[in-house]
Amino acid sequence: MHFLSQVAHWFTTSAHWHGTDGIPHRVLEHVEISVLVMAVAVVVALPIGVVMGHVGRGGLLAVNVSNIGRAVPSFAVLIVALQVTHHIGAVPAFIALFFLAVPPMVTNAYTGVREVDPELREASTAMGMTGAQTLLRVELPVALPLIMAGVRTSAVNVVATATLAAIVAFGGLGRYILEGIANRDNVEVFSGALLVAVLSLGTELGLALVQRWITPNGLKPRDSVKNEPIAGAADALRPAPTPP
Amino acid sequence: MSGAVLATGPNSWVWWPWVTSHGALIWSATREHIELTLIALAVGLLLSFPLALAARRWRWLFAPILGVTGALYTVPSLAAIGLLLPLTGLTRLTAEIMLVSYTLLILVRNLMTGFDGVPDDIKEAARGMGFSPTRQLLRIELPLAVPSIIAGLRIAAVTTIGLVTITALIGLGGLGRLMYDGYLRNFHTPLVVGATLSVVIAVAADLGLVGLQRVATPWARARRDA
Repeated sequence: MHFLSQVAHWFTTSAHWHGTDGIPHRVLEHVEISVLVMAVAVVVALPIGVVMGHVGRGGLLAVNVSNIGRAVPSFAVLIVALQVTHHIGAVPAFIALFFLAVPPMVTNAYTGVREVDPELREASTAMGMTGAQTLLRVELPVALPLIMAGVRTSAVNVVATATLAAIVAFGGLGRYILEGIANRDNVEVFSGALLVAVLSLGTELGLALVQRWITPNGLKPRDSVKNEPIAGAADALRPAPTPP
Repeated sequence: MSGAVLATGPNSWVWWPWVTSHGALIWSATREHIELTLIALAVGLLLSFPLALAARRWRWLFAPILGVTGALYTVPSLAAIGLLLPLTGLTRLTAEIMLVSYTLLILVRNLMTGFDGVPDDIKEAARGMGFSPTRQLLRIELPLAVPSIIAGLRIAAVTTIGLVTITALIGLGGLGRLMYDGYLRNFHTPLVVGATLSVVIAVAADLGLVGLQRVATPWARARRDA
C-alpha cells in the first residue's frame, strides 16, 4: 500500500505535469513519433503487399523477410540505427521503428489479398471487371480485416518499441523507466511503465474497434470462439510457414 | 561510415582480435541467452497446457483466457519489467516473468487450434475403442495437435530470443548485454557479435523445431511419401 501511495503521489506531483520531462510532453513525444512512423510505413508497406498479393508474386520473400524481422531484436535495430546515422534521439528512433513497422503490414496485406477466394476473383472477372476493379472492389474489401490486423500489430509494436527508443536518447515514456532504473527509483519506473502499458493497451483496443468498424458486414466473424479479436497477435498467430 | 565497415582497426564493425580474445565472454553470454530462453519456453508451456485444457473443457473460459494473455502480450517488454521491478527487483525472476508472459498468448492459442483441429470422427473412433478421456487426450488429440503446437513454439522461441536482449537493461540479457555494452562504449564489435549470434540462435531454434516436428509426426511424412 505504501508503494502504491508513493506512485499516486508521483502522479499528483505538479512538477511531473510541466516542462520537457512532464507527462504531457513525454506522452506527446511518444504518440507523435508513433503516428509519424505508422503514417510513413503504411504508405510504403500496404501498396507493396497489396500489389504482390494481387499479382501473386513475391510471397515467399514477404513471409521470409517478416520471419527474419521477428528474429532480429528491436534492441539491436535501434542501436545499429544510432551507429549508422551518427545521431541520437528522434532520427535513429524513426529509422528503427520504420523497419520494425513495415514487415508485418507487407505480409498481412500480401496474405490477405492472396487468400481471397479464387471463386470470388473468377466471378468478378466473369462480370467483366478489370484487374484494377477486381483489386479495388473485391480483393481489398475482403482482405481488409487481415490488412488491418497487420496495421494493428505494427502499431502496437511501434508504440512498444518507442519505449525502448529512450535507450538512444529519444524522449517518450521509456525515459521514465530508464531514468528510474538508473536512479534506483522504483516509483518512477513503475509510474512510467504504467503509462506505457495504458498507452499500448489503448492503441490495441482503439485499433481493434477501428478494425471492427471498417470490416464489411458480410465478413464480420460469426463464430465468436474462433475469430475472437485479440491483442495485436493476428500476425504472430498465423501458423508459421515452413521454411524452404 | 562505409569506410568504417571495411576498416580493420578497433573502429570497424567487427574487429576480430576482440572476438578471438573474448571467446569466454561470448560463450557465457550465449549460454545465458539460451538458458533464459529455455526456461521461459518451458514455463510458458507448463502454464499454457492447463489453460488450454481448461478452455477445451469449459468453452466459456476461452475468451477470458485469450483476453488476459492478449493483454499481457500487448504490454511492452520494458513496461512489464518496470511494473515488476518493485516486486521482484533486478533479478532473473523479473526477466523470466516478462518473457513467459509473452509466450502465453501464442502457446495457448496454438494449443487450442491444435485441439480444435482434431476431426470429430477420430475422437468418436477413440471413444468407440474404449479410450478413457485422459488416454484419448494423450494418445490421440495431443499427437494430432503437434504441428499446431510446434508452430506456436517456433513463434514463441523466436520472439523470446529477441526479447531476452532487452533484459540487458536490468543487468541480464545474455547476448543483449554484449550489445548494450558495445553501445555504451561506442564499440561496434560486441554489438555486431551479439546481434548476429542472437539471430543465429533464433534461426537455429526455428529449424530445430521444424526437425522436431518431422520426428514427432512420422505419419505426415509417410502420407507425403505415399
